Amino acid sequence: MSTHKKVYVYKGFERFWHWNQALLIFVLAFTGFEIHSSYDFFGFETAVKIHNYAAWGFIILIVFAIFWHFTTGEWKQYIPTTKNLKAQAEFYLFGIFRNAPHPAKKTLISKLNPLQRLVYLGLKVLFIPVMVVSGLLFMFYRYPQGDSIAIINIDNLEIIALIHTAGAFMLLAFVLVHLYLITTGHTITSNLKAMITGWEELEEEDQKDQDKTAGKPENELVKNPKILPEDESEE
Amino acid sequence: MKSYTKPITFFLAIVAPLLIVTLVLREPEPDHKLLNGLRAKYAVKRKPGVDHSKFEILQKDFTNPHEITAACLSCHTERGEELMHSAHFTWEREAYIPGRGITYLGKKNLINNFCTGVQSNEGSCMKCHAGYGWSDKTFDFSNPYNIDCIVCHDNTGTYEKASGAAGYPKTGPGGPDFKAIVTSVGQPKSANCGTCHFGGGGGNNVKHGDLELGLLTGGRDVDVHMGVDGLNMNCVDCHTAENHKMKGRYYAVSSSNTQRLNCEDCHTAFPHQKSILNEHSIKVACQTCHIPVYAKVNATKMYWDWATATRKKDGKEYELLDKEGNVVYTSIKGDFVWEKMVKPEYFWFNGTADHHLLTDKVDTTQNILRINTLFGEYRDRNSKIIPVKVHRGRQPYDAENLTIIQAKLWDKDKGKGALWLDLDWERSIEEGMAYIPLPYSGKHSFIKTEMFMPVNHMVSPASEAVTCRECHTRDNGRLAALTDFYMPGRDRNRTLDLAGQLLLILSFAGVLVHSVIRALSSRKQKTIQSH
Ligand code: HEM
Repeated sequence: MSTHKKVYVYKGFERFWHWNQALLIFVLAFTGFEIHSSYDFFGFETAVKIHNYAAWGFIILIVFAIFWHFTTGEWKQYIPTTKNLKAQAEFYLFGIFRNAPHPAKKTLISKLNPLQRLVYLGLKVLFIPVMVVSGLLFMFYRYPQGDSIAIINIDNLEIIALIHTAGAFMLLAFVLVHLYLITTGHTITSNLKAMITGWEELEEEDQKDQDKTAGKPENELVKNPKILPEDESEE
Repeated sequence: MKSYTKPITFFLAIVAPLLIVTLVLREPEPDHKLLNGLRAKYAVKRKPGVDHSKFEILQKDFTNPHEITAACLSCHTERGEELMHSAHFTWEREAYIPGRGITYLGKKNLINNFCTGVQSNEGSCMKCHAGYGWSDKTFDFSNPYNIDCIVCHDNTGTYEKASGAAGYPKTGPGGPDFKAIVTSVGQPKSANCGTCHFGGGGGNNVKHGDLELGLLTGGRDVDVHMGVDGLNMNCVDCHTAENHKMKGRYYAVSSSNTQRLNCEDCHTAFPHQKSILNEHSIKVACQTCHIPVYAKVNATKMYWDWATATRKKDGKEYELLDKEGNVVYTSIKGDFVWEKMVKPEYFWFNGTADHHLLTDKVDTTQNILRINTLFGEYRDRNSKIIPVKVHRGRQPYDAENLTIIQAKLWDKDKGKGALWLDLDWERSIEEGMAYIPLPYSGKHSFIKTEMFMPVNHMVSPASEAVTCRECHTRDNGRLAALTDFYMPGRDRNRTLDLAGQLLLILSFAGVLVHSVIRALSSRKQKTIQSH
């Protein structure tokens, strides 16, 4: 087996962003489905209120996250690749039961396996924007009326609501599977620990190889990886 | 030291946003500036500007009510002209109705779902006309002395028109004390309005459901404006008049979107603290949430079946009462259903209405005849959801000419064809239709009818207002019948919901199966390794 080193994978902001996004999506989904009349918990009025505030929180977080992704070059983590895609799928379907190694090595410049790249990219450019846009339309939808800006009058809320609801189901399904896949790391809790502390044990070899698939990030990450030997990692 | 900084920052990063959200979510302190201003304004009760007892012309012993009107008009010279053009006197209004053009409709010539209509019954109905002597078609609407001033302006509470006297009071002994009345006239009190507007249809709260004697004595729970433990406002505090034209429209008889009286006139279009409630006001009338129930004190008639009238018991007419003392059957009128604390039904309404006229054809392919139609729909920018009392019943119609029928109900004497005296449908229909005059084929039948009566009074305290979930709920919400728009919490796409649930179930099942296989295979591998 290859040697492992503790690597600082997830930066402070990244973790902050990740956990708040998790919290907000949970809150949004929970209150959203109460609005949808799937159950009663807070009461309709409070559910709407929380949903609205959480939605704004979510939007603000997204703005910061976009800024962060572009200024750090981290956006390149999400460039999709077909390399190892099939292997990764096969790993989840078969290899994982045989204790086979992960086909895609997790490195600083390629933190995501090809499947993750694809799914997270989908989230970022499709599902979350769809939720935000349909949610904002939901919020700022003005019933057919004369005295507002005519162009944003929409005659029927239904289409917006259905898109928003469909997106909500997709996001929930994602969260469900995501929560499980967390446990498929090096050890059951290693992924979780990594996202909490930022540190994770990574295999040392082959970093240069991954470079290509990651879309060649020529950024700080490569020049200045904060890699510490294992024994120093307990601060 | 250093090892603490990270968890602390992390903790703060999660907790701080939560704290902020909780703070933001707190209810804002209610700001009642506007309401308090209105309270201050209406707390000052109007006082009469002059003392009518000082006027010589009123110091007479009036024996003829027309002379009272003449005395009033001798000072108030222009008021006669004004009143002769007001609906309280003409019982009709000029209005444009799409499909009909300019119409002159009102209580004078329309039918309603209660005592049906005034034509041929004027002698009785005109007890509620602001005039004297409208006993038949010959009444002179251009004679100002035919106006009854004191029915509205009596402040003694003793003036009363006689029954079956075409609007005249009793004169002489046993009649009202005219001198006392004319020397103390003033602004109409709620009781003046109530004489007719509470008692229409032949008894307290029969018609409206939200206008009844209970308003005169009830608290804020009955009506926030009129509650005796509140501002104790009068009808005319809101229903102000200019040139004797009152503000306010009732679409059982009105048709056009003019001269309405709206809550917004005082409360502004966006009176709520919460913007989400203000937003509702674009499509939801104030009354919809703020009048959760009507007929709060006494029951109101919800159903009137004329088809069962004229039945006799042992050869005599009879009456049945329910346990609250409401008449539920009478031979002269048929079956009634009364209800108390009624939840309104809801409709889109844009302020215009149409009416089924005596000359209109009855569409027998439709199960139900709409006595009046409130126009409006979701897509109509001027429409709002309003609460409505729907009064249902059955009325006679001409089975061959397919027109609704005006029967003669009342007369002074038996034998002249009045239904209420002779209990003979055929004869009363012949007399009624001949009076108008309209043809009658000689064959009548009964048809189901509905009349739509907007509910505007009996406004409840804000704490009693309809709550979100009463409408935003899957089944049987208050707005369940309004299906021409999507409402969150009520509507959903069943297929989408099923697909979504399936997706979640499959994801969960996938995860479960995967984890079980993983657990089993990892145990196997461990045993292999340990061997
Ligand atoms: C920035 C993002 C979002 C915004 C601006 C937003 C906004 C809204 C608004 C305004 C409503 C309507 C509430 C009402 O009836 O007053 C709504 C409903 C709903 N939201 Fe969101 N939302 C967002 C994200 C989410 C997310 C992430 C989820 C779930 C994962 C979600 C699930 C729902 C659901 C299920 C409904 C009910 C739809 C219906 O039954 O009509 N929303 N949202």
